[in-house]
Amino acid sequence: MIRKTHNRRSFLVAGAATAGAVLTTGASGLIVPARAKEVPPTASMRGGSNNYIPGAPIVERIGGGGFWMTGTVRQAGDGAPIKGTRIQIWAHTTEGHERDERSHGATLTNADGTFRLEMPQIVPAFGQAHGHLAYDSGSFRTVFLRPVMSSPNDTSLSADFVLEPA
Amino acid sequence: MSVARAILIWGALGLAIAVPVVVAATSPLLAWRQPVYIASGFAGVLAMALLLVQPLLAGEYLPGMPVRRGRRVHLWIGIILVAAVVVHVAGLWVTSPPDVIDALLFTSPTPFSAWGVVAMWALFAAASLALLRRRRPIRPRTWRVGHSALVTVVVAGSVVHAMLIDGTMGTMSKAMLCALALAATVKALVDLRAWALLRRRA
Repeated sequence: MIRKTHNRRSFLVAGAATAGAVLTTGASGLIVPARAKEVPPTASMRGGSNNYIPGAPIVERIGGGGFWMTGTVRQAGDGAPIKGTRIQIWAHTTEGHERDERSHGATLTNADGTFRLEMPQIVPAFGQAHGHLAYDSGSFRTVFLRPVMSSPNDTSLSADFVLEPA
Repeated sequence: MSVARAILIWGALGLAIAVPVVVAATSPLLAWRQPVYIASGFAGVLAMALLLVQPLLAGEYLPGMPVRRGRRVHLWIGIILVAAVVVHVAGLWVTSPPDVIDALLFTSPTPFSAWGVVAMWALFAAASLALLRRRRPIRPRTWRVGHSALVTVVVAGSVVHAMLIDGTMGTMSKAMLCALALAATVKALVDLRAWALLRRRA
């Protein structure tokens, strides 16, 4: 039979554990909002807005095409698709640098919140092959994304937006 | 040292530098880059190659490069190395200013750039220490330990920087050049007992 004894050490350990538990609960209570099951908004990615040129025209495709940028746009909270919203896209491709205006274009989302825009093949620049996407149309808070391709040979790239009211 | 051995060593060094340069010069990525971006890329490749030459000169491993001449060449290569890094960063700045600003402020989304920036500042510090030493006497301990520690950061940082980049250098030739630069640096540091003065008075 094990007899449980209490001494100063066991009290200290128990006290510390309780304090830790209280801190953890308190902290997580602060971080996770009350609506835990709801869809959280997408945060802008570091470097996402680099070489952004506002007001890119809505186009059938950027340049000669051959590469697909796809994604979805939803509303924070209920996750409902946002239709007819403008997503701007640019990248370093076989047809131009990020800073070139011809490398920029925009498209509108479908009724189900999806979008897809054909563009020239993205090629590695500044370390890795990556694309840039922006939601910057006013109704919701602006979001800049900078997804990286897992391989420079990929012929598509996707990025999803969850937007919150501005 | 025999002539044959000298030819072999210089030939091997030439090959170790020429192969990555030729691979970079024939990279398909060049077709989609503006001249300034291409030039800045090559400045980076050149700097990487010089990181192999510098420890070979410091350790007196190159035939026909005895101490005094070797040190003078080491100094000049050091100046070219600093210039190459300046051209590298300036060219990237012209190509895409926000990406370079992110890198310099350590807010870039890509870790490779932070390694490059750390290596760059360590290189400037190592070179500054060398220049300072020519103007006024620096304690041998400060000079030797300082320069050695800084160039260790330069080589290690540059190797990680280069290996993480999907760029014009071929993966194999880049890995080979990086491995040789690292090995040469470690050998020179060991042979010169770079830490000896640190241990004596520590």
